[in-house]
Amino acid sequence: MLAIRNLNVHYGGIHALRGIDIDVPDGKIISLIGANGAGKSTTLKSVMGLVAKSDGRVFWDDTEITSLRTKDIVAEGIILCPEGRRIFPDLTVDENIAAGAYLRKDKAEIARDREWVYNLFPRLSERTWQLGATLSGGEQQMLAVARALMSKPKLLMLDEPSLGLAPLVIKDIFNVIQKIREDGVNILLIEQNAKVALDISDYAYVMETGVITMAGPGKALLSDPRVQQAYLGE
Amino acid sequence: MDTRLDNKKKIALSAACLILFMVFVYFGDIMIRPGSSMKMLITVIEKGSIFALVAASMNLLNGFTGLFSLGQAGFMLIGAYTYAIFTIPADSHDKVYQYFNGGIIKWSIVEILESKLGLAGHYLGMLIPMLMAGLLVALIGFLIGIPVLRLKSDYLAIATLGFAEIIRAFFQWNTLGPLTNGSNVLRKYTTYKNAIFPVMIAGISIAIILLLINSTYGRAFRAIRDDEIAAEAMGINLFKHKEMSFVISSFFAGISGALLAMFQTTISATPFTTVMTYEILLIVVIGGIGSITGSVIGAFLFTAASEWWLRGLDAGKWMGISSSLMRPGFRKVVFAILIMLIVLFYSRGIMGDKEFSWDGFFAWCKSRPAAVKAWPEKRKASRAAKKEARAVKSAAKARAKQAKEEKEARKSSGEGLFTPLVLADHVVVFEKEGRNG
Repeated sequence: MLAIRNLNVHYGGIHALRGIDIDVPDGKIISLIGANGAGKSTTLKSVMGLVAKSDGRVFWDDTEITSLRTKDIVAEGIILCPEGRRIFPDLTVDENIAAGAYLRKDKAEIARDREWVYNLFPRLSERTWQLGATLSGGEQQMLAVARALMSKPKLLMLDEPSLGLAPLVIKDIFNVIQKIREDGVNILLIEQNAKVALDISDYAYVMETGVITMAGPGKALLSDPRVQQAYLGE
Repeated sequence: MDTRLDNKKKIALSAACLILFMVFVYFGDIMIRPGSSMKMLITVIEKGSIFALVAASMNLLNGFTGLFSLGQAGFMLIGAYTYAIFTIPADSHDKVYQYFNGGIIKWSIVEILESKLGLAGHYLGMLIPMLMAGLLVALIGFLIGIPVLRLKSDYLAIATLGFAEIIRAFFQWNTLGPLTNGSNVLRKYTTYKNAIFPVMIAGISIAIILLLINSTYGRAFRAIRDDEIAAEAMGINLFKHKEMSFVISSFFAGISGALLAMFQTTISATPFTTVMTYEILLIVVIGGIGSITGSVIGAFLFTAASEWWLRGLDAGKWMGISSSLMRPGFRKVVFAILIMLIVLFYSRGIMGDKEFSWDGFFAWCKSRPAAVKAWPEKRKASRAAKKEARAVKSAAKARAKQAKEEKEARKSSGEGLFTPLVLADHVVVFEKEGRNG
């Protein structure tokens, strides 16, 4: 499991994260919801070592990963699927997926995982030779998730997978996210689209301006009047 | 105390400095004996001013219009040839064009005008071919610009570089021999008598470039450099202005080519390779991309270094050091390393994108004593910062090592690294800012 303790991040003079505590237990989907600029993406980026932490510690099972470099964190089994998809537009779908296994050397297992992600996203298996740029937005998001899975993570951190996608496509992707969890990958999900995220989450944290303000089981938060008013527009 | 000067005083000061410089160059060239080391200074000023002009013209394109063009050497070549061809005295033609029956042009503009107007005709006879050189290069720049300026960034650089090489090959073509003397050198053409000539021509040309940059057109150029789409949205005709900048830059490259022909007294197409373009680019980068004064300073520094200070690197002995590495060509290696270092650590160049101004100069002079005084403090601070960074790094290393040891210890004892949070089965609200644990 992943444990974030008292995480603090400064961007210049701006105190972006002010003491965040989050747990991602094994076999669970945990989500982090909140408005624009609350610090959700920063949380993930600082866990990955992409943004410098000014205070706090991050644990991964019985290892402290606070000061590891990003590539070592990936090697530990944590992967970030970044916001806005960021697939490689001039590589084919197959090459994009192969790029996800960059740090791995076990050829047979890589082949097996390739089967696995193509089974998760049959749409991609029909388009293995297509260039990334020619995919639709939803397919690109699928490709981004598939690419992340190729590092064989134990924890998949998804940053806004629903960004800019049609409701039907979002549904597809969130169904697959649940399937991925069943395959034994823990998931930390960031979403502005609180409804879809809370729907599938075992537990969720609500974030506001760098602070966790509420927490609870996904379904309980979904029916909470404060959450409904602030994030669900009801 | 306000050290700002009013405009009149500034102009007077600039004029005084320029006149003093001119007088120094003029009498320096007359009075200093050939062979003395001070003669080198005059040579550097001559060649430096020629390179200052071509660097300024390149900066107009690269620094002010944002067009990464590498065709300058080719344009200089056309300028140099145009000037030389029209000023070879009539009775020297048979000697110069010995393989081409004396060539097809049998007259010299200088001689024709000199016979009619005397001394004034002599100088007019030099200025007219020079102007022709500029105009011809401008025309060729215009024609090349039509297809080439539709390209962007590196592609434009490659295309202009290609054209420069084509021009060089074209001028060495034997069929053009009666005009260009094929691959043989052109010589015996009229050159200037005193170093003040190239200095004045280059000075006037650079002044024109400066005026252009500060005009409405110059603003349009800089707008294009900063953001093409925004510039177009403001109603600036992108192609027209790029073409204009390209043509003007070509014109001055042509003029500087003519001056270089005079400086060298013989000219052939061979040295106008891409290496020469890179030297000009080096000057522009050293001086600061987007600063004409930077280009001028860079040109003099570069010329002084390559012709004077670093000569010894090719000759086997430099500043008392001698090494078997120092043989002809080693200077180029040093320059290559220099440009890498500049690009890596000092990419803004000497002047950045600022121009020289008297206000800035005096403010700089005034700030020197304080800066010198503050220097030890600054150095101390930077040293402390470095030390701290090293300490942080080694601390992280030590922490990682310790964590590894702890991890091993814990593994054997079966104890957890952290206490998991309590995930409640109801909604928890954290009233207090900050912590939720």
